[in-house]
Amino acid sequence: MSHLYYNAAPQETRVAKPRKAPRSYPTHKPAHIYLYGTCVVDLFFPEAGMDAIHLLEREGIQVNFPQAQSCCGQPAYTSGYTQQAKDVARSQLALLTEDWPLVVCSGSCAGMFREHYSDLFKDEPETLAQVTALAERTYELSEFLLKVCQVELTDQGEATQVALHTSCSARREMNTHLHARELLNQLTQVERLDHDHESECCGFGGTFSVRMPDISGAMVADKTQALQKSGAQQVVSADCGCLLNINGAFEKQNIPLLGQHLASFLWQRTQVKQEPNT
Amino acid sequence: MSSQRIHTLDVTAQNLKSNARLSLKDQQLRTNMRSAMDSLISKRLISMPDEDERENLRELGNKIKASALSQLPDLLEQLESNLTKQGIQVHWASTTEEANAIVLNIAQARNAKQVIKGKSMVSEEMAMNEHLTEHGIEALESDMGEYIIQLDNEKPTHIIMPAIHKNAQQVGKLFESRLALPYTDDVDSLIQSARSILREKFFQADIGISGVNFAVAETGTLLLVENEGNGRMSTTVPPVHIAVTGIEKVVANLQDTVPLLSLLTRSALGQGITTYVNMISAPRQPDELDGPEEVHLVLLDNGRSQAFADSELRQTLNCIRCGACMNHCPVYTRIGGQAYGTVYPGPIGKIISPHLLGLENTPDHPSASSLCGACGEVCPVKIPIPALLRRLREENVKSPKQQPQIMAGQGSRYSNKEALLWKGWQAFNTKPLLYKTGTFLATRLGQFTPSKLGAWTQNHSAPKPAKRSLHELAKKHLEKKS
Repeated sequence: MSHLYYNAAPQETRVAKPRKAPRSYPTHKPAHIYLYGTCVVDLFFPEAGMDAIHLLEREGIQVNFPQAQSCCGQPAYTSGYTQQAKDVARSQLALLTEDWPLVVCSGSCAGMFREHYSDLFKDEPETLAQVTALAERTYELSEFLLKVCQVELTDQGEATQVALHTSCSARREMNTHLHARELLNQLTQVERLDHDHESECCGFGGTFSVRMPDISGAMVADKTQALQKSGAQQVVSADCGCLLNINGAFEKQNIPLLGQHLASFLWQRTQVKQEPNT
Repeated sequence: MSSQRIHTLDVTAQNLKSNARLSLKDQQLRTNMRSAMDSLISKRLISMPDEDERENLRELGNKIKASALSQLPDLLEQLESNLTKQGIQVHWASTTEEANAIVLNIAQARNAKQVIKGKSMVSEEMAMNEHLTEHGIEALESDMGEYIIQLDNEKPTHIIMPAIHKNAQQVGKLFESRLALPYTDDVDSLIQSARSILREKFFQADIGISGVNFAVAETGTLLLVENEGNGRMSTTVPPVHIAVTGIEKVVANLQDTVPLLSLLTRSALGQGITTYVNMISAPRQPDELDGPEEVHLVLLDNGRSQAFADSELRQTLNCIRCGACMNHCPVYTRIGGQAYGTVYPGPIGKIISPHLLGLENTPDHPSASSLCGACGEVCPVKIPIPALLRRLREENVKSPKQQPQIMAGQGSRYSNKEALLWKGWQAFNTKPLLYKTGTFLATRLGQFTPSKLGAWTQNHSAPKPAKRSLHELAKKHLEKKS
């Protein structure tokens, strides 16, 4: 059966281009990587960044953490302050001098590096070349663990059920929802539960959450209720912007759940428990 | 009931935030919208199950529209020339005032008293009903959704389904009170009642008004899709037919309309094709028994050429008005269309209304989005709506004096205070010493975070910074290792 949605042959000049080829991944683990913690992790979820380091080190990779890193520039970029975003982006680029992969603890920040730096520097050919090369070696953490490290996780934890929230830009720009699901699937004692309108935005959107608190609040209230109704004991996400939003709302609404970064969840689940000596 | 709610909404575009607050509290509206949008989302997917084919078709739709826009002035002239040859009178309007004057002139020349309207968002843009009424001409909507909201003195909540925010019970009560009909919430009976009232009106009307989905330059064809037959009645029964449309609706040839139609009807309602596809190319010919004696086309600019002038903003004009962006929008689904205070609501409304009304009249529209990207993902002609929202935010916070002036109302949200704040943010994130000091203080003084933090603590508890930053922890850890 034909899947053609119309019967006219398209004019030759207008035949659609093939869709973006799926990303190809290096066949070997690199010796070094840059870890990009992100500003939200730095201040509010540092343990997630540390657990990312532990996971990467366990794969035999040397983690480099440039101490002068701050923010990818996304908040200013999405708020329309393009020049400020550009200056901050430039200062981050200056830190990434080696051609090591850049592993980012958040899908939306990884998306900023991969998809939007080229827009910021579209008028600077030299920087643009640098940015394009960087985009090619930028990975969101779960993608890097799964596709580049080809990590094999051994679950050491008790049986549990989790709900997974994926940030919108992570989902749309980095396919993080698929990568995170695959990682969770490797954990034999972890059941991932769907929640209502799972792919819908949690309402964070950076400055949107404070500029439009009524709309954002309605969105996060629906999200926290859906997560709670899923029956999951734990909530995980690979994006701490969303977690800041969701956890803050859980607490405000007295919902006894607390979202955890995927890195922390994976690290904790795969630690061999010290058995007491018999 | 929404008929009560509407009186508390001050439906002007400046009041998006306060309107949204009211709409969010309307549980009936929230329930109606959520279930309607969910059903539209799944209908669209069912009608386009093959992802590759869907994406290829979207790509093709984008190319066709981009190509048409790249030759817009030429295509419009070709359209005018072909329509004129075929006996359709073409009128050009820069503003809605001009468009209304054109329509009124035609009506007064025919001494018209009654106008029957098929569905047209451009006529909403013109506030044509109000204009005609002021001049003693009755304008009656014949699309079922439009008929319902006209009865209730409301504005459309959706560009395809104007009354989608109402459920059958609400419509039943409305018909009971306004049409003195016995109450029923049976949808078929409600539709039959309205249809029998409207049937008479089609024969009484002096003029029929319609919109246009695609205006085909090569053949001089006005293409109009609809499901109720009211569009065909409006364009064939009255002695005069006036079509009103935006200048961006022109496409090169009939072949181009095939994929665009497929995209439009599937994206809008999950339909392979609409019940009616009208192709209008001339008034009644001497040997024909029916059809209007006069056909007019009014081509409206109303800010579209401003979007056209900028290669990025031009993509706004790709829109084929399917409404898929609003069906998928988490903001629209929660606040409904009327809260936007603009004719075009939802994501597309947020990027087109600033051109029609000026940023000064739509200051909050570009900001009322989490940039989640659901709209851009489903747009049949691949308008990068989130990128355009971001671009409008940039225009919105530019200094009003900055040259060149790309948009009317540029810099309407510019504030020295906010600009300074972002400069501070920039310094904080580009000067490592400043960043280090700042995060050091935040982590050490985190326990003193105030419990109220402006808008944030409206929905959240106050966030407490960690005791040590990742910078510190990572440094310690990595030094220990080496």
